Amino acid sequence: MTALLEVEDLRVAYGKIEAVKGISFSVEAGQVVTLIGTNGAGKTTTLRTLSGLLEPLAGTIKFDGKPLKNVPAHKIVALGMAHSPEGRHIFPRMTIEDNLRLGAYLRDDKTGIEKDIQRAYDLFPILGERRKQAAGTLSGGEQQMLAMGRALMSQPKLLMLDEPSMGLSPIMMQKIMATITELKAQGTTILLVEQNAQAALSLADQGHVMEIGKIVLSGTGQDLLHDESVRKAYLGED
Amino acid sequence: MHELPQQLANGLILGAMYGLIAIGYTMVYGIVQLINFAHGEIFMVGGFGALTVFLALPSGFSLLAAIPLMIIGGVIVSVLVATAAERFAYRPLRNAPRLAPLITAIGLSLALQQAVWKWYPDAKKDRSFPQFDGAPFHVLGANIQRGDLFILIAAPVCMIALGFYVTKTRTGRGMQATAQDPDTAKLMGINTDRIIVMAFAIGAAFAAIAAVGYGLHNGQVGFRMGFIMGLKAFTAAVLGGIGNIYGAMLGGIVLGLAEALAVGYVGNIPSMELFGGGAWKDVWAFVLLIVVLLVRPQGLLGERVADRA
Repeated sequence: MTALLEVEDLRVAYGKIEAVKGISFSVEAGQVVTLIGTNGAGKTTTLRTLSGLLEPLAGTIKFDGKPLKNVPAHKIVALGMAHSPEGRHIFPRMTIEDNLRLGAYLRDDKTGIEKDIQRAYDLFPILGERRKQAAGTLSGGEQQMLAMGRALMSQPKLLMLDEPSMGLSPIMMQKIMATITELKAQGTTILLVEQNAQAALSLADQGHVMEIGKIVLSGTGQDLLHDESVRKAYLGED
Repeated sequence: MHELPQQLANGLILGAMYGLIAIGYTMVYGIVQLINFAHGEIFMVGGFGALTVFLALPSGFSLLAAIPLMIIGGVIVSVLVATAAERFAYRPLRNAPRLAPLITAIGLSLALQQAVWKWYPDAKKDRSFPQFDGAPFHVLGANIQRGDLFILIAAPVCMIALGFYVTKTRTGRGMQATAQDPDTAKLMGINTDRIIVMAFAIGAAFAAIAAVGYGLHNGQVGFRMGFIMGLKAFTAAVLGGIGNIYGAMLGGIVLGLAEALAVGYVGNIPSMELFGGGAWKDVWAFVLLIVVLLVRPQGLLGERVADRA
């Protein structure tokens, strides 16, 4: 079986500063793969390069069998990759429902779109209650739900979530993680970037630890969760 | 000697022109944060495009029947120039420091003026524009020239069409998304390059329609006409809240009315006699801009930038 996403020796730079220094990993259909690491490790840069917002310096990205070389971001969405960006980036002056509709920008099946909007409301009932409200008025956690719901609206083959738990209260964070677990159970393929290593590793099939632009450790979620160096560096244990 | 209804009518006609041109400034700014200082010249070439179509028609062709063709001609010329400017002048500079596209816009503005001056037949002097014959209409105590009906009808029609386009069509919603957050718009599958071209094209089309109204109102078009009209329209866009399409039209109308009223009445105020009359209307327009920016820096309908975080 070939992987849905294959990244080989990817390098990305901002000007002269190399943020990602040659990383390789893959995501198989149905898997949840997580990239963990501290601030500045290159996780967000990696996701932004995968979705076409940044251009790689070198290396190859293969998605669903196709190499993504010089493919602009809006066409990568059409291929089936959805990216819920760091900091949520919902459209603040649009309603919740319009935000969800924008997630389905490339789709033409009206009834399917309505059904998926309903599905997002089932997944996150609070969004349904506030559907006509400007998205900027939502709390951080609710905005995160909206960003995830919006990403799902394109019916992606791969869902990329960048720091979905960032800045959330513990209760809200649990809710988001429970939703990711639910999406996993439904068979959604997910690439999850997190600073909250404990939560991310406990639900991931595969995990990669990134440090200053490199993958320094890889393994199954459970292996990494019990790895001594990971426990020391990321889970705050002595 | 001037009566209030007449001043209001004059202001409305002028304001409708400012507003239509201001749409182009505000849409482009809203999406790429560029002040397209060549937009006044986009307006100007639209006027010449419309004139060219009129001159090409057989004599005896009625002006009323010619108007739609003149609009089409003007719109085509303006849209071609504006989209070419976007593609070849502004797009390569999209990630350059802000000053680079701004200087490019000023250079383009001069180049377009000079190109028309040099190559359009007899454009070294103002060219006369066709006029509607017949007595003016009397509306609520004001005389409205037949040709001015054009802009008074075109402006609201354009605004309603634009409002529908932006809120109800897919590309229009893509435009709103791109204005709010371009990178995230790309993640939705929106081709933001195409959206930017559309913003330039719509702005150019509206400017060309305004240019037809300008020609009918003034009876002439000239290579310099884009300078002061462009500056006023830019003022209108800022006045209304740059980035907001309804603000642009509101700003245009407010500016037009303010100018007309200043021309008519400032001279009647004791000790202000010196500042009345047409020669001072530009001054009053910019005084209004300064006052509004002092009291409401975001413009009449603008949103505070902090809301955008």
